[in-house]
Amino acid sequence: MTPVAAPVGGPVLDVARVRTDFPILGRQVRGRPLTYLDNAATTQKPQVVIDAISRYYCEYNANVHRGVHLLSELASEAYENARRTIGRYFNAANARQIVFTRNATESINLVAHAFGRSHVGAGDDVLISAMEHHSNIVPWQLLCAERGARLRVAPIDDRGELELDVFESLLSDRTKIVAVTHMSNALGTVNPVEDIVRIAHKRGVPVLLDGSQAAYHMPVDVQALDCDFYVATGHKLYGPTGIAVLYGKEALLESMPPFLGGGDMISSVTFEKSTWAELPHKFEAGTPDICGAIALGVAIDYIQSIGLAPIAAHEQSLLEYGTAQLASIEGLRMIGTARRKASILSFVLDGVHPHDIGTVVDREGVAIRTGHHCAQPVMARFGVPATARASLAMYNTREDIDVLVGALGRVRELFG
Amino acid sequence: MTDLSDLYQEVILDHNRRPRNFRVLDNATHQAQGHNPLCGDRLELFLKVDGGVITDVGFQGSGCAISRASASLMTDCLKGCPVADACTLFDRFHRMVTTPPDVEVEDLGKLLVLAGVREFPVRVKCASLAWHTLKAALNQAQKTSTE
Repeated sequence: MTPVAAPVGGPVLDVARVRTDFPILGRQVRGRPLTYLDNAATTQKPQVVIDAISRYYCEYNANVHRGVHLLSELASEAYENARRTIGRYFNAANARQIVFTRNATESINLVAHAFGRSHVGAGDDVLISAMEHHSNIVPWQLLCAERGARLRVAPIDDRGELELDVFESLLSDRTKIVAVTHMSNALGTVNPVEDIVRIAHKRGVPVLLDGSQAAYHMPVDVQALDCDFYVATGHKLYGPTGIAVLYGKEALLESMPPFLGGGDMISSVTFEKSTWAELPHKFEAGTPDICGAIALGVAIDYIQSIGLAPIAAHEQSLLEYGTAQLASIEGLRMIGTARRKASILSFVLDGVHPHDIGTVVDREGVAIRTGHHCAQPVMARFGVPATARASLAMYNTREDIDVLVGALGRVRELFG
Repeated sequence: MTDLSDLYQEVILDHNRRPRNFRVLDNATHQAQGHNPLCGDRLELFLKVDGGVITDVGFQGSGCAISRASASLMTDCLKGCPVADACTLFDRFHRMVTTPPDVEVEDLGKLLVLAGVREFPVRVKCASLAWHTLKAALNQAQKTSTE
């Protein structure tokens, strides 16, 4: 396992101080301190984000891009400012390339509809990987069924790594888009996205990267990656639910028809014909989640005030510690042992179903996810119906891992 | 606070470890598949019905301790049970696991050990899966789901 972004002599994360920024971490659950290890499902929110939501509704709630009154001006400015913040976070050349959506699923559906329907035809291929979340499978399945195209799946090996040579061999002149995850939510695998983009571009095939899991663990530079689309979701970036982004190359976004039609996405409307607004508004029909976008901007500022390099180094050290501690538990098998992985400890325990693990550790105040993690093909690949998954964020500590290990001891006591 | 041992009673742990009637019935007259999409639990239930009476039962599948023990306990109760009584038992079991925790429930004999799931709302579906599958089998539906 190699660190994803280990800084050399870089600043060290002050986890005790970071924890004080997250009010929920101070609460008790079932009479015990909360040990929150379900970050891959959603992260907790720092006080600054909670305050930003409250301030928006207390001080300048108004619709955007419409009114000439002061509040609308303030809301519009804060909304567009959030877009610029997010654009800089991903190093987009221009904030116009950042489209706000509801969630990562909607971002992928936007591309599957607006790009897919205009570029994928009968007999064409869409290429994904075997480690995708359902949100990066089903939209393409629907597209392929509608267009008479074929969904091709690049396999993963026993460690949970993409088989890059097979991926390359599956690319052909018929491949119209590649859609793969930057980091697997079920396995923790960090994909060699630079290689994936390079290999696909050799064939002239555009690439969508699903950054839902990666974007809060490691720096992402969409220009350096040269990816055509990048998807990220706000609620895993320590922001609120209901807001996400799609980054796209400007020429591609310009060439695509709208996804949803309605208010705010038009330039002019007559009953005979409508024309579309400029980017990114062409893809933002209707009143958006203004507050969510603003709060996401604040969350991104917060992440950057801590620094992604110290966050990645801290989480990597925890991942190594957690991997070693869990390995000492008899009958525990780690699912996902990629050489390059981040922040996910997915495992099964001999003779105990993950749901029973989840219920028992919950009584010890430990929140983990159990189930198929919306990645049923991954479960099938490893021959398990489900796994238990502990997932890390910047505020987790070695003590959190120790509490989990202790709770797993309780599982063993109960189930023998 | 509810203790975990209310849920994972010794009888349940025992039925999970050594499920009764965990086999395929070759001469089944009724069968159905149950699926809990939330957790991926799957089970297949086989019944042999003769003259309106369930004369043999078997099940297969994978699932958590609660769903497995519930299926095992159910099959134990169903042998020799008239079909009409099995349908009534479904209703009584369903009522037991969905009654609020502080309200007394009917004594369903050995099935009473599963009353503990009332304290764990997300696990009620696990306990009910076998029973929904039973209903589907008796109705001759091919598949059922707790959703």
